[in-house]
Amino acid sequence: MDLMGPGMTTILSTSMDVLPIVLFIILFQVFVIRQPLRDVRRLAAGVVFTILGLGLFLVGLEQALFPLGRLMAEQLTHPEFLMQGADTLDFHWTNYKWVYVFALAIGFATTIAEPALLAVAMKANETSGGAIHVWGLRVAVAIGVAVGVSLGCFRIVTGLPLQAFILIGYIIVVIQTIWAPRIIIPLAYDSGGVTTSTVTVPLITALGLGLAETVPGRSPLLDGFGLVAFASLFPIISVLAYAQLSVLRERYANRRKTSTRNEAESISKEVI
Amino acid sequence: MTRILRSLWKHVIRSARDLAPIILVIGFFQYFILQQPLDNALALASGAVLVLLGLTLFVYGLELALFPIGESLAYALARKGSVFWLLTFSFLLGFGTTVAEPALTAVANEAAQVAAGAGAIGDTDEARSNYVLGLRITVALSVGTALLIGVLRILLGWSLPLLIISGYIMVIAMTTVAPPEIVGIAYDSGGVTTSTVTVPLVAALGVGMASSLRDRNPMTDGFGLIAFASLTPMIFVMAYGSIIAWI
Repeated sequence: MDLMGPGMTTILSTSMDVLPIVLFIILFQVFVIRQPLRDVRRLAAGVVFTILGLGLFLVGLEQALFPLGRLMAEQLTHPEFLMQGADTLDFHWTNYKWVYVFALAIGFATTIAEPALLAVAMKANETSGGAIHVWGLRVAVAIGVAVGVSLGCFRIVTGLPLQAFILIGYIIVVIQTIWAPRIIIPLAYDSGGVTTSTVTVPLITALGLGLAETVPGRSPLLDGFGLVAFASLFPIISVLAYAQLSVLRERYANRRKTSTRNEAESISKEVI
Repeated sequence: MTRILRSLWKHVIRSARDLAPIILVIGFFQYFILQQPLDNALALASGAVLVLLGLTLFVYGLELALFPIGESLAYALARKGSVFWLLTFSFLLGFGTTVAEPALTAVANEAAQVAAGAGAIGDTDEARSNYVLGLRITVALSVGTALLIGVLRILLGWSLPLLIISGYIMVIAMTTVAPPEIVGIAYDSGGVTTSTVTVPLVAALGVGMASSLRDRNPMTDGFGLIAFASLTPMIFVMAYGSIIAWI
């Protein structure tokens, strides 16, 4: 196991990356806010942990996450696996159905487990006074990521232009923004960026590049990227849709419960 | 010392729980669908352990040192009310956290390899590391700019959808002029930047500012910074690609 060599150089280069932000935060604390640093030992321990952890993570990434993403892409697109007993293989996008299923599953699973999303969902639940449910938001975002990654794989397999998908996505977001309840909009826009975390991104990137390498007629440089972009666009759409559906459901429930209720009252409730 | 070790152990368990769904999905596909043995299962397993340990130490270190200071700084600056320092802080925060972002480093390395393989840049170590550095600096600059605009928006009460839609229009416009081989990387760099390091600090900055300003609602004004931070990198990276191709 030749881990020490690359490990040391990675740790050295990560310290160069982490130190500037540490320095800048300390300088701000001392010179702008003019407060002394408390608990210097704890701070030093934290910085050492951060650098060590980042180094180990990057080494492990090269050794496990990237190869794993590649390997999955290779095996899922292997001609023998694709034929499944058939004699000849015609190139057709439906042959890659397990790729789409895998993308769906990995997108959903990683997002449900994403700690950054949980943190934001809890903050949103708190600031919205309980109107936004933690689980509802998490599932909405996870569905968005799952559909996004899966559709992104379909795009790589078929070689359709990335720009067209993104443009259509943007148009849907703009249309939804016009009708969505105002309070959800900033949160929905943010949820796109939150989902694509440190573990998910390398895995999905490797999957896309692996797909573009193995599907005939695709170039990794032109077709291999774009999965992360899909994974950060579709949650915006699904969260806006989640908000619109909750409004519709509430409107329907209100109408059934008290048809005599004052119109203005129900409208004001919907706005909140 | 024992206290640190014990809470470190708790973090290991938490990271393991976060990684479990990924391992489950991959395991399920390997075992039931592909039914093929994993090549170098040992290297993969030890790599996965390194990822687990690394991520744990990293997040734990952030929680010990950077997060508490960063958050109290964001609150203190928002309360202090000096626009100049607030803007300087936002820019440097965006730049600093993005340069250190592990996901960005990983994807930039991968992009350099792909670009070298396709002949878009020279296939030497130097050309590759220059490309990686250029990408990382470009993305870091763009996130710094995004936070600057986002903080100005919270201060001045600009409309978020309007700014985001103008951003979308710029992305589409840049796409038509940028060289095709940068477009995929540029689109991806938007989602890459906003993860482990950036999100907690940036969310604290936004919600902290919106709650310490009068007439601002933390829900509608506090969120939205991350949206900017995942939009501007697309525009900046496409500009970077165009400039490189032009030179």
